[in-house]
Amino acid sequence: MEELAKKTGTGEQEEYTINMGPQHPSTHGVLRLVVSLKGEIVKNVEPHIGYVHRGIEKMCESITYPQIIHLTDRMDYLSAHINNEAVCLNVEKALEIDIPDRVKVIRTIMAELTRIQSHQLYWATFGMDLGGLTCFFYGLRDREKVMDIFEETCGGRMLVSYNCPGGLMYDIHPNFQKRVKEFLKYFRKTLPEYDQLLTGNVIFRERTKGIGRLSLNDAISYGTTGPVGRASGFSCDVRKYEPYSAYDRVNFNEVLFYDGDTFHRYLVRMEEMRESMNIIDQLIDNIPEGEYAVKMKPVIKLPEGEYYQRVETARGELGVYIISDGNKNPYRVKFRSPNFANLSVLNIISKGFKIADLVAIGGSLDLIIPDIDR
Amino acid sequence: MDNTGLSELIRLFDEEIEIKEGKQFLEISVPASKLHRLANQLKDNENTCFDFLFCLSGVDYGNDLGVVYHIRSTKYNHSVVIKTRTPDRDNPMIDSVTDIWQTAEYHEREVFDLLGIKFKNHPDLRRLFLSRSWGFPLRKDYVDNINIVTKS
Amino acid sequence: MGIKGMKKEEFKDNESLELFEESGTNILLSTIDDVINWGRKNSLWPLTYATACCGIEMMATGAPRHDFARFGMEVYRASPRQADVIVVAGTIVNKMAPVLKRLYDQMSEPKYVVAMGACAISGGPFFLNSYSVVKGVDHIIPVDVYVPGCPPRPEALLYGMLQLQRKIETETIKSRKKRNASHDVK
Repeated sequence: MEELAKKTGTGEQEEYTINMGPQHPSTHGVLRLVVSLKGEIVKNVEPHIGYVHRGIEKMCESITYPQIIHLTDRMDYLSAHINNEAVCLNVEKALEIDIPDRVKVIRTIMAELTRIQSHQLYWATFGMDLGGLTCFFYGLRDREKVMDIFEETCGGRMLVSYNCPGGLMYDIHPNFQKRVKEFLKYFRKTLPEYDQLLTGNVIFRERTKGIGRLSLNDAISYGTTGPVGRASGFSCDVRKYEPYSAYDRVNFNEVLFYDGDTFHRYLVRMEEMRESMNIIDQLIDNIPEGEYAVKMKPVIKLPEGEYYQRVETARGELGVYIISDGNKNPYRVKFRSPNFANLSVLNIISKGFKIADLVAIGGSLDLIIPDIDR
Repeated sequence: MDNTGLSELIRLFDEEIEIKEGKQFLEISVPASKLHRLANQLKDNENTCFDFLFCLSGVDYGNDLGVVYHIRSTKYNHSVVIKTRTPDRDNPMIDSVTDIWQTAEYHEREVFDLLGIKFKNHPDLRRLFLSRSWGFPLRKDYVDNINIVTKS
Repeated sequence: MGIKGMKKEEFKDNESLELFEESGTNILLSTIDDVINWGRKNSLWPLTYATACCGIEMMATGAPRHDFARFGMEVYRASPRQADVIVVAGTIVNKMAPVLKRLYDQMSEPKYVVAMGACAISGGPFFLNSYSVVKGVDHIIPVDVYVPGCPPRPEALLYGMLQLQRKIETETIKSRKKRNASHDVK
């Protein structure tokens, strides 16, 4: 017995490796983490991915441009509308088409609604991961109202495919403006309830303040964007430095904090919901009249060359890089996904914390695994 | 800085590189042996200050294999594209830029996984998505008659 | 607004289920069968398993608007030993297939499988031109109910679960063993 104790060390300081496998209730998808622990302190986290690798980039080389839109829906499925917008903007930029104002404004309103529903789901699952099951029910109850708006106009609840190169698939429903205004009125009253439940909660603050700090230099070097980067002070909002659609005619603030810990990553998303509601307020009453799509040729062929388009999804900067050789299928499509870069910081920010904190840190990064694996 | 100012400045770093004006960004083509030195200069120089690598893609050009780097400066908000190629398809080697931009660690693993390009001095070059004995799917000569059901 | 409950008579347009009920058994066993089946079908606890987009619709089915719990699926169990049904929601790829098979093997009898979404039924939008998607989860584990859609609406998933309950209702003690014979490890 004593030899055994000498070999493995004293009880509290044993080093061992555990596996948080692909099927786990709090890894938000099929992510496998191999965690090396000393006692309960995390020494090293190694993510293993590829459990949802569907080969989307290779598939895109044998389908046409409008068909790529339906595949981008399914990559980061909580910002489906914004992903579609990225491909459409890229194709329209390459063909040098002018899009009517009505299309730009509607695309922006839908993108902001998508951002709100994605952050609502984030709030619901983050609260649930930390043990507060009430957040799951409140968050998803309110998210259903946004799904109703999508369903009436676009036909689908979550995977909308509402954009197409040249504009939109169909015009908005006559009830659209009324429903959006009702939702905004309801949600502005409900959002302070969320703050009462989580933000001001003592247990939540103890579990998230000071945990998982990411410094500004690391945020830039590791390529994090979106709320993860903005919580560390990295000003990376694509809507500000390279505006697209109708973002150049609305006023909104870029939400920046400088602490970089889990609590501030959560706060950024709460504030972003308020900013999104302000953007929709400015646009919903003045949707310009006009066409909802530009007439395009039946077969879309991009001129030879390389094109890159950036958009701001709910999780960061999505980039679509298309190399075209003049045919109707692209030569190479590369999706720069925001979650791929955000995952790479998981190792450095969780060193030295306990394993229960690892769940909080992973939840605050808000990862969507099919977006990492594509 | 706009594209003309940038191209003059970058030409001073090295005479052998080609600078071309692409449709959107300035494109710099550099041979694989000079890549690491140019990337270091682009990051350290105060007037260019490219500290954010936002996209690293591997491309199969048919005969050559290449890697494309999109970089941006957070201070001045300008972007350029660096391209390199290697004609060796059996054992392609390119310098790793992980020590300059840390985000390249995962991106280069992905390029190794899908295209087979190896990176020198990479801290941990293993396959990322696929298992060890899978081929390299993104190459143009990848053939898989069982799984890929092609529509003709 | 809201879904109305389906009446039991409306389920009757399903011929293959009627065939199950035709073979009769003796009176003692059929009463025990009824009691056991009533207990099993009204408390099916699913396993937390979601791969891709269909997982969000499964979570939305458990959310307050279309409530899963009123049909008996009260809690999601994280451990396969404690779960009754596995709802395969999302795409299955080559790397994940052995993991799914191991999960299914670890579940204890009686266990049921629901294939939710087009990706689990046949590969879905990734059927053509994809090199690593398994074209249908029934290549790996035996499936009881298929729920089509991409993603299926929460009401569609509820209809699928009610069909599963109705299928459980028609089971007898004897017929259970024959079902899994083709997929068992020999």
